[in-house]
Amino acid sequence: MDNKNYKAWLYLLPAIIFLGVFMVYPLIDVFIYSFEEGYNSASQTFFGVGTYNYSYILHDPYFLQAVKNTFILVLFTVPISTGIALLISLGLSSIKPLRNLFQTVYFLPYVTNTLAVGLVFMILFKKTPYTDGLVNLIINFFGMSSVNFIDGPYAAKMFVLCFYTVWVVMPFKILILTSALASVKQDYYNAAKVDGTSRLRTFTRITLPMISPMVFYLIITGFIGAFKAYSDAVALFGTDLNAAEMNTIVGYIYDMLYGNSGGFPSYASAAAIVLFAIVLTITCINLLVSKKHVHY
Amino acid sequence: MGNQLDYDKIEKRADVRKKALNIIIYIFLGFWGILVLFPFYWMILTSIKSYGSYNTEYIPKFFTLSPTLENYAEAFTAVPLGSYFLNTLIFTVITTAVMLIVIIPAAFAFARLDFKGKNLLFTLFLSLMMIPNELVIITNYTTITNLDMRNTFTGLILPSVVSVFYIYLLKENFAQIPDELYYAAKVDGTSDFKYLVRVMIPICKPTLITITILKVIECWNSYVWPRLITDNPTHFLVSNGIQAIRESGFGRENIPAMMAAVVVISVPLIVLFLIFRKKVMEGVARGGTKG
Repeated sequence: MDNKNYKAWLYLLPAIIFLGVFMVYPLIDVFIYSFEEGYNSASQTFFGVGTYNYSYILHDPYFLQAVKNTFILVLFTVPISTGIALLISLGLSSIKPLRNLFQTVYFLPYVTNTLAVGLVFMILFKKTPYTDGLVNLIINFFGMSSVNFIDGPYAAKMFVLCFYTVWVVMPFKILILTSALASVKQDYYNAAKVDGTSRLRTFTRITLPMISPMVFYLIITGFIGAFKAYSDAVALFGTDLNAAEMNTIVGYIYDMLYGNSGGFPSYASAAAIVLFAIVLTITCINLLVSKKHVHY
Repeated sequence: MGNQLDYDKIEKRADVRKKALNIIIYIFLGFWGILVLFPFYWMILTSIKSYGSYNTEYIPKFFTLSPTLENYAEAFTAVPLGSYFLNTLIFTVITTAVMLIVIIPAAFAFARLDFKGKNLLFTLFLSLMMIPNELVIITNYTTITNLDMRNTFTGLILPSVVSVFYIYLLKENFAQIPDELYYAAKVDGTSDFKYLVRVMIPICKPTLITITILKVIECWNSYVWPRLITDNPTHFLVSNGIQAIRESGFGRENIPAMMAAVVVISVPLIVLFLIFRKKVMEGVARGGTKG
């Protein structure tokens, strides 16, 4: 038995070492960092222990801007993307020809580099001296004047960011919902047909309750993902997100850590823990709500 | 007779309604398809327009009559795109390989071997799945910096290796293999290690392929960690490379060349996806997340 124990631990050793060094230790360390005041990364010394780091970031206008941006992003993109994904999956499940083609096409954004394709979006939206950009030309076509989406007003920039985020997260949602819809038993629909149930009623009374666990799963992962938004914003507005007023909480953490304004791991840690607390709270609320509304 | 007629009418009306609905569905799906494909079309189109013609088109044309490959040449010569590419390839291959070497024995131990504290340890592993990357990246950054591993492949690879989720996925799959096989092998005097390599790995090959593909996608697109740990272009991955190109790139606003770089970066994964379409989508449905 002892021999067996020892062998099992040997098999697990590499994984334990990697997880210990790069996950467990950092996890403990980040809490310690966040309470060390005046930490100096060059000399690795600090003045004292306290909550100054938290109070600093909570009074930092850049952090507040980042929180505001992140919340707007979450509140717009999660419902919109889940809603459209539901419509698309319903459409997909009611057709036969071309279904595979559509599914393949819809999945493409998942396998593309967010940074790279973000550049294409930037070009489509950007107004330069040479051209107003394709999106603006479409807007002009409908008789409205051009908007500077990339360097212009806050609302316009936010719109582009939300638009691109929705475009990026759709594949995952469509995939999950399509497979959820496919797993609903045909018997229920047949029974509804025999009873002459209307389409809308079939949807609200059969389809939606049956797939509600997956919808809630998507909403929860959607919230978590959107709270961690960062690379989409970088792709559209460049690395200096503070200047563009488009920073996100995660962006703020990395900026504090590294870059032009970087070198403050304590502030970064405090911000990371605030982010974690927000995400945890929202996830718990989601779970509570889903207990009430998910039907089985 | 009158009844019969009514019935025909109702049937016809239902038929028309169904067709109309179908048309609406196809239009809607087609519209989203265009929305998805258009950026890809636009980047390819722009990448084959010459610099001169792109900049003279105030209203961009939707096609080009004089396609050129000069932008691709420019993308590989004016910026070290080739080296970004090679770096990403090295990073992806080594990270994925090391990950497989680490997670296969771990999953095997959890699925097949008995030892003290197994359940406790497995619960601990699972709870690590909830930990967001943002929380641990700060210390990892400090660790790697203090170890003087900035701008090295070791520094890039080490923290990116282990994913608890894949250990979990593989363990579930390993556990499905009937115990009888194991006992039979034991009777024949096969060692645990030999059993793992000769029996379990071949049986679970589909899952291993799925995990590999998901990890490759993750590595190829990773941006945050490489950005933190490399500031020297010699070790940039494609994501950092494209960001550098965007910010200081071709010395001027050479958008066609930029798009050529974007095409070059995007193509490998799209090809990989089209080859392994079923596997990728299955794998993502089982556990990938993005957004």
